[in-house]
Amino acid sequence: MIALIDYGAGNLTSVRKALAAVGAEHFTPSSPTLVRSSSGIIIPGVGHFLATATITADWRHAILDAVSRGIPLLGICLGMQFLFDGSDEAPDTPGLRLLPGRCFLLPAVVKVPHVGWNDLQPRGESRLLAGVPRGTQAYFTHSYVAPVTDACVATTEHAATFASVVERENVFGVQFHPEKSARPGVEILRAFVNISRFPDFQIQKCSPSA
Amino acid sequence: MLSKRLIACLDVRDGCVVKGVQFEGLTTAGDPAELARRYDGEGIDELVVLDVTATVEKRRALADTLRKVSAELFIPLTVGGGIRSEDDAAAALDAGADKVALNTAALEHPGLLTSLARRYGSQAVVVAIDAKRAGEGYEVFSHSGRTRTPRNAVEWAREAAERGAGEVLLTSIDRDGTRAGFDSELTAAVSAHVPIPVIASGGAGTFEHFAEVFTRGRADAALAASVFHFSEHAVGALKAFLRDKGVPVRLPC
Repeated sequence: MIALIDYGAGNLTSVRKALAAVGAEHFTPSSPTLVRSSSGIIIPGVGHFLATATITADWRHAILDAVSRGIPLLGICLGMQFLFDGSDEAPDTPGLRLLPGRCFLLPAVVKVPHVGWNDLQPRGESRLLAGVPRGTQAYFTHSYVAPVTDACVATTEHAATFASVVERENVFGVQFHPEKSARPGVEILRAFVNISRFPDFQIQKCSPSA
Repeated sequence: MLSKRLIACLDVRDGCVVKGVQFEGLTTAGDPAELARRYDGEGIDELVVLDVTATVEKRRALADTLRKVSAELFIPLTVGGGIRSEDDAAAALDAGADKVALNTAALEHPGLLTSLARRYGSQAVVVAIDAKRAGEGYEVFSHSGRTRTPRNAVEWAREAAERGAGEVLLTSIDRDGTRAGFDSELTAAVSAHVPIPVIASGGAGTFEHFAEVFTRGRADAALAASVFHFSEHAVGALKAFLRDKGVPVRLPC
């Protein structure tokens, strides 16, 4: 059962629909304690990084605790940026610090926000992208981006090169919207759901970096 | 590289797709959910459902139609027509839309763009502008193109972006339904002055029209209805044509 974290940043209808399409059971936990019983966690979200401030300390603790026990976590768009230390968009709002680095604003040398379909350039092994052909494009809509670090398994270019897919142990993130990226997007969600289901899914634990 | 987007517009009235010629003389062309499925299969990048008569008849965009259209759709879906309030927008988004397009309501209450952007994010807020040439400039019209406003298209687009709109859906009233080509001058004028993407609309007739609006017109996306409605495989053929012209497009895997 996938726990879909609803913190009021955008509409979850599309994510729910896509999860249903890949046959994944999911729920929206009404209290942090319910996160513990999930097999996987998805943090979606669009909009301002400040919105993540509504993920209060008890929620953060529950999510980090689940991740430390090996439960897979997927951040989508703003939810992916939340995996990092923080973002220039809201300097006083800390991220989950599961991945080192700070999100930054795309330079306005081209149109920002970055809206539309763009390439995913693979960069090393990826479990999320395993079933997705090379040359695949995904649907993006955002202005801030995550840096290319060791956790980055695919990059995208728009005014700058940024991390479009990140993976480290059981922590996953996609800057684009898989629920809006046609068939390849649905396959990426399916990959995450499969990772969360695999009964002998034993992976190294991932702890906050600081 | 960021692709230029092709957007199919479903002009919907009473649950059926219709196509207007300069906003009048509507003829039925099909079932919206069926058309949406077909476009998705053909590789369209995005869909817009426009309740063409909603503002005139004071009707709300039909949530039922949206639910049916979005049921198995995993590409962005925008709804326009009859979005007059935050509640209307919420209903549309809950029914499966990803973005709402505001036209008359944004002109009458520009603050609505801001409140919707705060609540749902700018990516969910599209300002729809119907513009008509007037001398050297472009006048903005409201109420489905029937009411002239004192606004200038470029200035209104810029203000709407500042207020929170994340995209501009720019329709040339002069070209709409004529198949004479997009108004590339209008599109370029707006695109050069706003930081957000501009979707060109009105006048698509040939593949060459798309190439022109993506290059000379500086459009980020182009919207059409009948070009896609009446010819199967038009989407794939158009994308291949654009790719050969050097226009970046998404070719579905």
